[in-house]
Amino acid sequence: MLKISNLHVKLEEEDKQILKGVDLELEAGKVHAIMGPNGSGKSTLSYVLSGREGYEVTEGTAVLDGENILEMEPEERAAAGVFLAFQYPVEIPGVGNMTFMRTAVNAQRKARGEPELNSADFLKLVRAKAADLQIDADMLKRPVNVGFSGGEKKRNEILQMAMLEPRMCILDETDSGLDVDAMKLVAQGVNALRDPNRAFLVITHYQRLLDHIRPDVVHIMSNGRIVTSGGPELALEVEKNGYTDLLAENA
Amino acid sequence: MALAKPTQDATDARLDALSIPQDAGWSLAARQEALGRLKLMGMPHRRDEYWRFTNPADFNAVAPVAAPPMDVSDEKPLYEGMEQLRIVFVDGVFDPEASDDLAGEGIEIARLAEAGRADIHWARDLYGLLEARGQSPVDRPLCALNTAFATDGVLIRVTGKVSRPVSIVYRHENATSDAILHHVVQLTEGAELTLLETGCVAARANTVLETDVADHATFHHVRSQGRNHDRRAATAGFARLGRQSTYKSFTLTANGAMTRNEHVVEFTGDDATAHVAAAAIGDGADDPFHNDDTVFITHNAKNCESRQVFKKVLKNGAVGVFQGKILVKKDAQKTDGYQISQALLLDDDSQFLAKPELEIYADDVACSHGSTTGAIDEEALFYLRSRGMPKARAEDLLVLAFLAETLEEIDDEDIAAALNERLAAWLDRHAS
Ligand SMILES: Nc1ncnc2c1ncn2[C@@H]1O[C@H](COP(=O)(O)OP(=O)(O)O)[C@@H](O)[C@H]1O
Ligand SMILES: [Mg+2]
Repeated sequence: MLKISNLHVKLEEEDKQILKGVDLELEAGKVHAIMGPNGSGKSTLSYVLSGREGYEVTEGTAVLDGENILEMEPEERAAAGVFLAFQYPVEIPGVGNMTFMRTAVNAQRKARGEPELNSADFLKLVRAKAADLQIDADMLKRPVNVGFSGGEKKRNEILQMAMLEPRMCILDETDSGLDVDAMKLVAQGVNALRDPNRAFLVITHYQRLLDHIRPDVVHIMSNGRIVTSGGPELALEVEKNGYTDLLAENA
Repeated sequence: MALAKPTQDATDARLDALSIPQDAGWSLAARQEALGRLKLMGMPHRRDEYWRFTNPADFNAVAPVAAPPMDVSDEKPLYEGMEQLRIVFVDGVFDPEASDDLAGEGIEIARLAEAGRADIHWARDLYGLLEARGQSPVDRPLCALNTAFATDGVLIRVTGKVSRPVSIVYRHENATSDAILHHVVQLTEGAELTLLETGCVAARANTVLETDVADHATFHHVRSQGRNHDRRAATAGFARLGRQSTYKSFTLTANGAMTRNEHVVEFTGDDATAHVAAAAIGDGADDPFHNDDTVFITHNAKNCESRQVFKKVLKNGAVGVFQGKILVKKDAQKTDGYQISQALLLDDDSQFLAKPELEIYADDVACSHGSTTGAIDEEALFYLRSRGMPKARAEDLLVLAFLAETLEEIDDEDIAAALNERLAAWLDRHAS
């Protein structure tokens, strides 16, 4: 579905190369996981794919349905089906969570030439999906992420994903800051979305999320590159021995 | 002290062109006193401390700058469908045909233009009184001019709880209209009123609203100053608050070449509350936009709460000004004073000039003030866009979010929602 080839990325403001040639092919119906030590470039990869400013692609492409998404505006990528569950979801005072989600859903529908959802239909849909994630009416009414706990923010990300039904889901450290129960809830939300037509890229520092969201392929990223890939057993190896040995083997 | 020559000349020229209405009746004495005050002060000048950021030239000029009326038929009238007692002024002239019957339960309404009919009137003791009190410590010559020369205005005395808002609707049809209106509202003990003011008053307008809020009375004021780009408006609201009374005033200013909105509020009874808020939004691309809020709150009683929330969204060279002072007198212990003024600059050409001031003589008070100038939050913008919102739509949402805190100062949710819709429509018209 999404083919990342030879992706090189540097910071726009600084002469600092962060991604140094990433190759990754994400297939529909599959869950790929990326693990790696802090600072290896995992978040950068997720931001570059979703179109955040501040990065410069010096080489390489990321092709979705024959188009290089790296040349699109963030909203165009979203309409094409790319979704990033943020490592640090942004607080937006003054914008109601519900208004935010409805505006987003309808903007994407409009961009795809689909009819917009009316308030009643939207409300019904959002309530049902929110209930699955144990998100109460109050959280829907409050300003986006304002005053949300870490876990609430992450569940809110998954709710947005469920509402927008993207085809390429990127999750950046969705497990960080979650207790076991919250993590199960989030994993359930993700698993419910698993579909033959949908691809997942799950970024995580720890193996534990992958107990709940079973990956098909695990990649290890270090210093801006994918250094090794394998099956779910690779995550277990990281869990047991840490990154040091693994990275030494593949140096 | 003699006036400086240019000020004297400007004052003479302006006064030559004005005259106190023939049949001033009970208002005559107050008008003459106001004229006396004005002659001593002279017209405002750029050198004056509170006119440093705003050029008073357009208000001093003998004739107004022309402002072609704007066709606003693309929008439904504000608050349509809401019960209200409508009083309509066209270019500052009362329109009896378009107005409702000026009567209601618990309320007495008269017009200043009818002052000649009587020498005795309840408004006689109030007309110009709060304006005169508000002349110290800061001169407000435009307000004295207003009291002296106002041609009309609404005089409202409320003795009960009025069920429907009084709604003053302004229409602007004449490109060179020059209106001076002076309204007086008296709320007797325990009375309640909502006053709405809507629309562009005239090509040039000078309006004063004096509100006397007696003990336990409540006054809500919501104003929307229309959409005309070329109009000039100098407005002032003077309020005096009795014990446990409430005063809440909100203003929406969208467009307008020159707006100076002054608020002068004095607490005279303990345990009272005054909230003054405003949202302003201006785009200087095709027409100039200058919006000045100048506020003076005097705490002269114990345990009162004052709150000011002023926000401006400025684009393409638009200019915003905020001058806000909280004065806490020696005996005004337990004062709770809060003031925030913020500007959201949508580009590098626009500017916000702020002068927040606290002057406190009591020792047991909680007062805070803050002023900020910022741009659109890039993190928030990216978050919204990453969810599929086009950049312009995402920016609009953030602009509305920025102004939302001012609209929250309006108690009536329907009124706040109606104004929020106006803001959204403005953003649609000014999409970059
Ligand atoms: N905007 C930025 N400014 C400065 N340094 C950055 C920025 N974004 C990323 N980096 C640097 O790039 C490297 C990779 O960061 P990141 O992608 O966040 O790694 P990870 O998510 O794997 O922990 C780190 O050294 C980080 O400090
Ligand atoms: Mg990271």
